[in-house]
Amino acid sequence: MSADSTALGADRTSGLAGRFANWNVAIIAVTVVVLIVAAATVQNFGTSQNFGFLVLDLLPIALVALPMTLVIVTGEIDLSVASALGLSSAVMGYLWNSNQPIETIIPLCLLLGAVLGAVNGFFVTVLGLPSLAVTIGTLALYRGLAFVVLGDSAVADFPALYTDWVTGSIGGTSIPNVLIIIVALAAVFGVTLHATPIGRAVFAVGASEQAARFAGVRPGRLKFWLYVVSGLVAGLAGVLWTLRYSSARADNGAGLELAVVAAVLLGGVSIFGGKGALPGVIAGVLLLASLQNALRLSDVSNEALNVVTGVLLIVSVLAPNLANAVRGSLQRRRHRTDSTPRPERRH
Amino acid sequence: MTAVGLPGVTARRSSLDLVLRARELGIVLALALLVAVTAISNPRFLSGQSIRDILLGTAILAVLAVGQAVVVITRNIDLSVGSVLGLSAFTVGTLLRDNPGLPVVFALLIGATVGAICGSVNGVLVRYGNVPALVVTLGTLYVVRGITYFWAGGQQINADELPAGFLEFGNATLLGIPYLVLIALLVLVVTGIVLRNYRVGRELYAMGSSPQAAKLAGIAVGRRAIGAFLVSGALAGLAGVLFAARFGTIDAAAGTGYELNVVAAVVVGGVAVFGGSGTVWGAALGALLLTTIGSALAVLEINQFWQQAIVGGLILLAIGADRLVAARVAARLKKRGSHVS
Repeated sequence: MSADSTALGADRTSGLAGRFANWNVAIIAVTVVVLIVAAATVQNFGTSQNFGFLVLDLLPIALVALPMTLVIVTGEIDLSVASALGLSSAVMGYLWNSNQPIETIIPLCLLLGAVLGAVNGFFVTVLGLPSLAVTIGTLALYRGLAFVVLGDSAVADFPALYTDWVTGSIGGTSIPNVLIIIVALAAVFGVTLHATPIGRAVFAVGASEQAARFAGVRPGRLKFWLYVVSGLVAGLAGVLWTLRYSSARADNGAGLELAVVAAVLLGGVSIFGGKGALPGVIAGVLLLASLQNALRLSDVSNEALNVVTGVLLIVSVLAPNLANAVRGSLQRRRHRTDSTPRPERRH
Repeated sequence: MTAVGLPGVTARRSSLDLVLRARELGIVLALALLVAVTAISNPRFLSGQSIRDILLGTAILAVLAVGQAVVVITRNIDLSVGSVLGLSAFTVGTLLRDNPGLPVVFALLIGATVGAICGSVNGVLVRYGNVPALVVTLGTLYVVRGITYFWAGGQQINADELPAGFLEFGNATLLGIPYLVLIALLVLVVTGIVLRNYRVGRELYAMGSSPQAAKLAGIAVGRRAIGAFLVSGALAGLAGVLFAARFGTIDAAAGTGYELNVVAAVVVGGVAVFGGSGTVWGAALGALLLTTIGSALAVLEINQFWQQAIVGGLILLAIGADRLVAARVAARLKKRGSHVS
């Protein structure tokens, strides 16, 4: 009997570890398949020029998805990131219009992003409000402020030195400059999440806030700083977005939160917190962006692309639960077949 | 023991009642102040046409807010309502353009049916997928909007393509009250009574207060959740028909971003985002307040772009105030409890 139960327990843990490996491996495999199929069937997908566009397209999603991963692992969410991006872009345009030098504008926009994140963090951790409601509120607030700042006009003609760097590539290669930013930040966030006490605290808070508190973690402070970082990165994404299109507009990045949340959940992060890994998220971003890129090359409209993103979002949260349900029913069946011979033995 | 217990219970109930009433009273006062200030600076604000515009705008938002309140009371959320409104408005617009003889009642029914289908998809995904409503409805927000764009492309249905009878329905009045407002009032009163006095309604509140306890009490939690999403979807569909009748011009973007206004109306109206409390009356008052703010901005010649920022600010203010009041009530109850023991 005891041997039976340990075997069952071991089975369960290996299944748990296996499930994560499986999801990460599966999502990376799917991404590779999509890349190969797209390169083979979609004209111009495999060109080096398109690679540059692909990286530029996934830049904002990838950047914002990094802190979002940590926020969702702690069991919270930040829906205001796209609006913070838009407000950063609008303020950048406003300051440029009032003849500020770009060297002061960019740090100010990053600072603004951090402040916007701190506002979210204040409401969530100090007042203890649900992050969903808070960030829906700031989603409307920040986007509204962006329109207040810039109206529906656009500011262009940013210095070519900066816009060229963002759209340019390294030396004579076809590797875009912005890939450096993505790789550097991904490394920072990956190491922080998977190899430092901060990362372990993030997982601990997501698994059980109370247990984490007893273990000496201060969940409120941790979450507050995660929101600040989330806002800061959204501010950076706003700056890069503006430089990439050389156009500051109040509606820049509208709706981006959907793609970010979809990419993170697609990457195997649990919406309930406590589980997830950064490599999976990177694969999720790449999968989403290359699907969108391939469909766009096949002349699918932007609005129809949203259908794909929306479906991916729903599928990515449904799939683990469905897999669990199927596994559960299989296990139950196995138990049933296991237990049926026993009474016969007693006879 | 019972003698000690009973007064405690009634006191608790009356203090809770007071809090709820204070919330609705607060909105009414804010509304009165807003109207007074705006009317003093520009008397045109109280003209018949201006009041009519506010009432018509409120009617559409209130129908959406009532549906949203039903969902939020069960501790869920439905972010797809703006997209469902758009799909329903475009469906009904297309049908009326191609069959001008279609009676208005049919248009209303078709709109509500389209919405109910979308709502039940939400409900089924939330119930059987075991997935947070936020994620599901964020997904369907984009899916439903995308379907509408796919179908409509760039085309727009203009007022001159719609049958005159339908447009008249959007403007006509009965005893001086526009039909749209009457429909919104009907929806409000029926939903309000069902939530307050009927078993189904009380079960929704029970689910929102504690899903586990509701399940243990034998409430069919899953079925009620699907029902709540169905109601929210159907009302969003109905609001789509009202939208089409009021504006006469419909394209694939109709109702984009409405979900923020609806959520704002509901939380400003005192429906707790944690579920289990609040009324549709409050939600409707919230809708009235938001619509009035919108017109007041125009009358006061304040930059229209402030509207969305104010919506966001009001959401934060409302949930923050709720939390403070809840904390104070809890502290008072604790104090009273310690006195008794």
